[in-house]
Amino acid sequence: MVGAQAPVSDVWKWLADVPDPEIPAISLVDLGIIRDVSWQGDTLEITVTPTYSGCPATSVINFEIEAAMHRNGIENVSLKKQIAPPWTTDWLSEEGRKKLEAYGIAPPQPAGGPRHCPLCQSKSVERISQFGSTPCKAQWRCTDCLEPFDYFKCI
Amino acid sequence: MSVTGLIRMGDNALVLGQRLSEWCGHAPALEEDIALANIALDLIGQTQLWLGLAAERGAGASADALAFHRDAWDFRNLLLVEQPNRDFAVAMMRQFLFDAWHFEALMALTSHEDGEVSAIAQKSLKEVTYHRERSTDTVIALGDGTEESRTRMQGALGRLWPYVGEMFITDADDLTDMAALRPSFDAHVHNTLASATLTAPASDFAHQGGKTGARHSEHLGHMLAVMQSLPRSYPDAAW
Repeated sequence: MVGAQAPVSDVWKWLADVPDPEIPAISLVDLGIIRDVSWQGDTLEITVTPTYSGCPATSVINFEIEAAMHRNGIENVSLKKQIAPPWTTDWLSEEGRKKLEAYGIAPPQPAGGPRHCPLCQSKSVERISQFGSTPCKAQWRCTDCLEPFDYFKCI
Repeated sequence: MSVTGLIRMGDNALVLGQRLSEWCGHAPALEEDIALANIALDLIGQTQLWLGLAAERGAGASADALAFHRDAWDFRNLLLVEQPNRDFAVAMMRQFLFDAWHFEALMALTSHEDGEVSAIAQKSLKEVTYHRERSTDTVIALGDGTEESRTRMQGALGRLWPYVGEMFITDADDLTDMAALRPSFDAHVHNTLASATLTAPASDFAHQGGKTGARHSEHLGHMLAVMQSLPRSYPDAAW
């Protein structure tokens, strides 16, 4: 039933509505982990690249993608894991970076640290730890407003 | 290509990942606890990739079967990673020496002729670059730290140095010529130790037998007993 297949552009829109389970402020498309969407016969194949190899959100993400497709009437979904080229924070969308900052998470910078405190915009920040509450984040602190905040690691 | 080479990479990541997870709830500071758990998570994720590929190529039913249903003598990890945590100095020095080797090995494997091996190496290298940066900073901070921290780090280096040589003893099962990695490893390690005011032992005596499986230390069996007890007691257990 080729005629009944949803256009790939619709699928991308639906995926843009699926929040990241650990950082719900951004979508899976914002995160840059959806690498390809295509129809293979009557099966919709979605190619996903994991952020970190041990990230426990991976299985939840797969479940959320399947659920979103089923909600939109697609029965046969096949998820393909692609690890090369490896995910990079360069694939975060511009929209995603803005949403992260608005949510209180400093977006990644090539310089290796936040540009400024996402809460008070001060440039006086210091690192507390290279790791944080999820594999993709580190802990930083603002030395002006004194608030600790998450920084999305640049990889 | 030998599946033993894949199993060696996977077993190193698995055994060290399990060792690091033993720190969960016990590290000297909350930030360190979180960092060690995160590094453990990366390594266990890499294990799934390496052992998953080994299983696909006929080494076993699945990555889980290889991790949980082999005995100590079937493991092919380096002796270094099975050494017990003891104190924070030993755990950090073990991490630093392993990261320094792991980084060079993965770098070499990114250009491996087998596309799947190269893909796993590229993915892992991003994470391990971060691990190496952190363990390097920690060795310098603790080595060039207080009298107590320096003494402990020097003691840890002396204890673990005899496990360095095995990382560079290579054979046909390895995915790349491990001996060729030694000069780059030495350059990074000796620069770091100099900044940390630590001195590597003069002797290059090397314990061997981990990567060939000929002679693991007693510690591995104890570790596996804990790690494997649940899936062996309840073979059908699932999340």
